[in-house]
Amino acid sequence: MTNTVTEFYKALTAKVDETLKAQGDYGKIVIQIGSATCENAAGAVDVMDEFSKHIQSSGREDIVIHRTGCTGRCSKEPIVGVHVPGKMPVKYERVNRDVVHKIFTSHIQKGLPLAEQILDGSIDPDQQLEFLFCEGRRCGVDAPVSYREIFERKLKEAGVGEDKVRITAASCFGACQGQCGSRAHVLVRPLRTLYSVSSEADVDLLVQKQVLKHEEVPSLKVTDKPIYQEFFDLYGDVSFFNRQSRVAMRNSGILDPESLDEYVKFGGFKALATSLGKNDPEWVINEVLKAKLRGRGGGGFLTGKKWQMASQQPEKTRYLICNGDEGDPGAFMDRGMLESDPYSIVEGMMIGAYAIQACKGFYYIRAEYPLAIKRIQNAIEKCRAAGILGDNVMGSGWSFDLEIRLGAGAFVCGEETALIRSIEGERGQPKVRPPYPVVRGLWGKPTAINNVETFANIPAIINYGGDWFASIGTEASGGTKVFALAGKVKHTGLVEVPLGTPLKKVVFDIGGGVQDDLPLKAIQTGGPAGGFIPAKWADMEVDFDPLAKAGSIMGSGGMIVLSDEDCMVDISKFYLSFTQEESCGKCTPCREGTTRMLEILEKITSGKGELSDLDRLERLARLCQQTSLCGLGRAAPNPILSSLKHFREEYIEHIVEKRCKAKKCVALIHYEINAEACIGCTVCARNCPVECISGSRKEPHVINQERCIKCGQCFEVCRFDAVERV
Amino acid sequence: MSHAAANTDNWAEVKAAAEAVLPEHIVAFIEQNAKNAHSESQLIAILHLVQSHFGYLGQEQMHAVAQLAQIPYAKVTGVATFYHYFRLQPRGKHIINVCMGTACYVKGADKLSQRLMDELGIHFGETTKDMMFSLESTRCLGTCGLAPVIMVDDQVYGPVTPAEASIILEKYLKKGKLPKASEAKA
Ligand SMILES: Cc1cc2nc3c(=O)[nH]c(=O)nc-3n(C[C@H](O)[C@H](O)[C@H](O)COP(=O)(O)O)c2cc1C
Ligand code: FES
Repeated sequence: MTNTVTEFYKALTAKVDETLKAQGDYGKIVIQIGSATCENAAGAVDVMDEFSKHIQSSGREDIVIHRTGCTGRCSKEPIVGVHVPGKMPVKYERVNRDVVHKIFTSHIQKGLPLAEQILDGSIDPDQQLEFLFCEGRRCGVDAPVSYREIFERKLKEAGVGEDKVRITAASCFGACQGQCGSRAHVLVRPLRTLYSVSSEADVDLLVQKQVLKHEEVPSLKVTDKPIYQEFFDLYGDVSFFNRQSRVAMRNSGILDPESLDEYVKFGGFKALATSLGKNDPEWVINEVLKAKLRGRGGGGFLTGKKWQMASQQPEKTRYLICNGDEGDPGAFMDRGMLESDPYSIVEGMMIGAYAIQACKGFYYIRAEYPLAIKRIQNAIEKCRAAGILGDNVMGSGWSFDLEIRLGAGAFVCGEETALIRSIEGERGQPKVRPPYPVVRGLWGKPTAINNVETFANIPAIINYGGDWFASIGTEASGGTKVFALAGKVKHTGLVEVPLGTPLKKVVFDIGGGVQDDLPLKAIQTGGPAGGFIPAKWADMEVDFDPLAKAGSIMGSGGMIVLSDEDCMVDISKFYLSFTQEESCGKCTPCREGTTRMLEILEKITSGKGELSDLDRLERLARLCQQTSLCGLGRAAPNPILSSLKHFREEYIEHIVEKRCKAKKCVALIHYEINAEACIGCTVCARNCPVECISGSRKEPHVINQERCIKCGQCFEVCRFDAVERV
Repeated sequence: MSHAAANTDNWAEVKAAAEAVLPEHIVAFIEQNAKNAHSESQLIAILHLVQSHFGYLGQEQMHAVAQLAQIPYAKVTGVATFYHYFRLQPRGKHIINVCMGTACYVKGADKLSQRLMDELGIHFGETTKDMMFSLESTRCLGTCGLAPVIMVDDQVYGPVTPAEASIILEKYLKKGKLPKASEAKA
């Protein structure tokens, strides 16, 4: 049996090689265009179209367009990469039809990159080399000096300027086995050479040989290829990316999400072949246990443990479910992975299914993600056609099939027992646990449910080993976590960092800091089930346990940055109105509790609050937390409890002073016109929907407070900042 | 397991009635599915098909589904009303989805939606009298980088200020009137 799988995999890769060779894209100029919901929304489809037209009319045959998934650099999309063989890849941001024309005529036809449009202004296209120094949690921790600084100094001494060699601090490359101690890893782009240095002499060698003589230094070279090599090849020059460690998202933004051939070319299905080849499901479970992989859906339960429990059930008809419901209203990492790297999720699921010996797997994907559904469907069909999925998987004798089931817009269906009800075609109401789904799940059979990101990590764990994966994270949890970074942060998007990375590193180093350079107020993690981490705790390491201790949760990965312009009472109200609406209504503490708590919050934000409301709020919150049936109700009070804990004074301000410092709560603010600043241009009066602003031309205007509805229209249209929100 | 069609002595009649309401591909899906194990679990999938064909789930269609799939009507409506994605009322020509996700909310989606409600004179979940617009709220379109965003039909706009929202509406109103003008000519 072992042999047949190996043969199958060999034949598969040989065939892929042939197909890709026949396409003859080697040595051509590649134009890489992202294609995911977000990229398309930002205009990627037009960009693709414009490039095709340009290529066609130029008659050149040495240019190919390559569609990829999304890298997660949301605020700069659409992103286009241009790879001229032998040159550093150049990425452009916010490309539209006009920019396409410029890129084509300048960069592609004349070889002159468009400096002003380069992503994050990251590289000087003339730079020849880039050295990325790992500054992760392990590399060089015991070194007395920073190798990066030594390198900088030595370069200066050698008279090599920044225009030739670029130096960058990066996050863990996943190249270390355990503690690196005084060694540190250095990646050289575009040569894709990985070095390990452990002394000043080593650094000197890099300068003398690699930089000055363009010679490799074999004695320092690490032969292992870091897992996100391909990713760094393309995106390593952008600080948004090189501070990340891409394991789950290793292929996002690199592969064509619809092409099985490309996935196989980049090592796809090797992990499945290895797993099947061992002919020992327990081996898979052991690797996952060693990896200390904890579920990425929010709960953080050890995946290996879950699989072990499922595999020990006497009942042999077992199911595996991929939870792609992604209900957190500020998170989109699962969508990103499903759309950008669907084959990895398929492979991860198949390995999991083999581990627990499941006969059938289901994707539960929310109907709001049509492109994700389409891409998974496509991946399933192509895998079936290739003999990877279905009867006799890869010639192993084991059979398994996958099916997609759609959600229909109910947050509670992300909860595992509700999700099972939904797949069964019922109203998605949760059940009491235990029995847990691993004992009695779908149609009463043992069922393991895991999150999309959990599955995305599985092929990497099998390929690189459980110990390797564990070495990336913390003592308690292995690997990385993907966050959807949004809110008042400069660079929004998907960010993957090793567990244990300090929060402030995510917000400031990767996210570029708070928008408009305002002070950071808090970081919200875990969405409506999570809480607030106040700015003073921003040193905290992201991991399941520290976040829970701080009164928040890791959650599925939403991370919202809040500045001084945000009102904590208002945001808590926002989350609570979400959970209140999404409560399925089955149990009373959740159904009634959320409603009553929301009423109290509304009372406070409309200026009618009393101090005794705070006690009532807290009591209700605890009640709801302790007595609700499922995680929805139990976690719903988290935003309130944590804001009460860290920002109680804001509640008191709303209640006692009737004041909202952030000027968010409409009932507590009003608008005034500063007579000195007003020049009487009449714009505000003309824009006021209730016509409550009076004054003649060139005279200061006045707002009639009794009629004002506080819509803020005048505030927005005034070009002289004369309208004040007080 | 599926309720056997043979249990009903007027099956031909039942089937004909359902076929008069449902399009062919949905009838085919239900019949094909009836042969599978756990066929009742596909109810949500069937309702998705019905909604994408008719734009909403009408009583008549739900009744036909209940009959043809041999699932109690109470259960069909129970499921249809549980999930937010299903609409029980016809919708307007253009669907305006305001993102009320966290990222959009902290960037002013509340103001934006207020403006849209004022302009259209309807609340979330409602449709204008002329059947031109339906206003809906959605959770995170996954384009938080463009927050605040609205999606009109399949087109995403962002970042949108309240004033820009009015301009966008204007655009669709004009577009909507165009075919009428050409009709008048013909
Ligand atoms: C109200 C509620 C919503 C949830 N939503 C999701 C979700 O959208 N995606 C997800 O993967 N897990 C969600 N979960 C967690 C699941 O119940 C389950 O723990 C998870 O899918 C297990 O996968 P994991 O072990 O890989 O994390 C939710 C839980 C609750 C209580
Ligand atoms: S919150 Fe609006 S797109 Fe994400």
